[in-house]
Amino acid sequence: MIEFLNDVIEIVTKHYPFLLRGIGYTMLIALAGTLAGLLIGLATGVVRTCPLSKNGFVRLLQKILNGIIAVYVEVFRGTPMMVQAMVIYWGYAFATGGSTLPLIPSGIIIVSINTGAYMAEIVRGGIISIDKGQFEGAAAVGMTHWQTMLHIVLPQVLRNILPSVANEFVINIKDTSVLNVIGVTELYYFAGIIKRESFQTFQTYLVVCVIYFVLTFTVTRVLRLIEKKLQGADSYVICGSQSDPSAEIRVPKQQEVPND
Amino acid sequence: MTDMKPVIEIRNLQKSFGKVDVLKGIDMQVAAGEVVAVIGSSGSGKSTMLRCINLLETPTGGQILWHGKNIQTEIDSLYKYRASVGMVFQQFNLYNNLTVLQNCTLPQVKVLGRSKAEAEKIAKDYLDRVGMLPYQNARPAQISGGQKQRVAIARALAMNPEVLLFDEPTSALDPEMVGEVLNVMQQLAQEGMTMIVVTHEMAFARDVSSRVVYMNQGVICEQGTPAEIFGNPQKQETRDFLARFRNN
Repeated sequence: MIEFLNDVIEIVTKHYPFLLRGIGYTMLIALAGTLAGLLIGLATGVVRTCPLSKNGFVRLLQKILNGIIAVYVEVFRGTPMMVQAMVIYWGYAFATGGSTLPLIPSGIIIVSINTGAYMAEIVRGGIISIDKGQFEGAAAVGMTHWQTMLHIVLPQVLRNILPSVANEFVINIKDTSVLNVIGVTELYYFAGIIKRESFQTFQTYLVVCVIYFVLTFTVTRVLRLIEKKLQGADSYVICGSQSDPSAEIRVPKQQEVPND
Repeated sequence: MTDMKPVIEIRNLQKSFGKVDVLKGIDMQVAAGEVVAVIGSSGSGKSTMLRCINLLETPTGGQILWHGKNIQTEIDSLYKYRASVGMVFQQFNLYNNLTVLQNCTLPQVKVLGRSKAEAEKIAKDYLDRVGMLPYQNARPAQISGGQKQRVAIARALAMNPEVLLFDEPTSALDPEMVGEVLNVMQQLAQEGMTMIVVTHEMAFARDVSSRVVYMNQGVICEQGTPAEIFGNPQKQETRDFLARFRNN
């Protein structure tokens, strides 16, 4: 037992530069991939909910774009990210006659595209859940679809889908491990190097396992805090109620700052 | 009627949802300064007609003219048109992610292109008139239904519309909240705002409106001054409808 612990400690103390670099790249790829994926999801959400134009040419473009999005979502949700990594990375090499993309950007691109497909559905669900009245309230004052989405709908969608986005982020931290198939130097890739140097397979992967858990657990807790902060607005004192219109007088917050 | 030329003219307006014909040929004119109360039982097409006026619903037949121009084919911009025709909803439809003040400034800045400072000055002015200025930093979730509706009216007014449409503005409110909203509307009517009000508030229709339109099963059954409709209705349907209301 003591020997085992010594092995573990030695792996950490001897190879910590590898582990730290692995953690850094894993988090970089997961974070960048999740954010880019979210942007892809939001963009597809805006496009897909846009009412069809009266102009025939624009309407055709819209339909083509919606078709492309549908194919994109189905293909990238329906195939493993490990395979996508190989196809995109070596597909680029094949198309350019041998030149390859730099590895870390490749990893970020692959995770972004893959996450984007899931985010597209998450955002779509978020937009559907917004009350129709929010769209009508915006349309009735003369806002365009884009203005309505940007200023009214998407801020509310973002708040509602934050738990799902956090979910995707955690999944991405773990799933970056598949990028080792194209040689991206994330945590799992370094685990392989450490294993080959130390010949201690179980000890090495146990350390890496704990590191992954610490990363995902920290991230879920931090995102939970952010979520709570965003929801704070609802828990304020209600000023005035349906049954008691005079309740407003008793709300101290309003009396402190009546007119700025 | 201060202006003989109608601001809004509705010609043979029809609207069907699938096989259901909700509007079966509505003809109506609204001149500047008029307060038209549209009454009728649920399902008579009142709200649908109102929603066709700012194209929240697309008519399936007929025309709606805005200063003589067909709103579906002849106006320059749908967005500008909607900005000049304010709408107050039954369910308020305040923007839940924005404060009371932002609800009133955002449309001015984004649609009318006003500066933020100008928009805030105008918004505060109208919030003050509806008695909601102290709540400018509250969120919609934090205020009562009557207060939300007053903010919604201020938001519509801040766009300086030529016409205001009200879609059952008090139907979602508790009885004790109805008065505060009707007071604001009455004040607007007295100031000469052109209004089309779909309502179940017969007292409002009788005392505040300049004309009452009774709709039944997708057509205008009868219209006239409040005195004519409430004092001496010509049609049997109108008499039955008003009798049902008196009995309630």
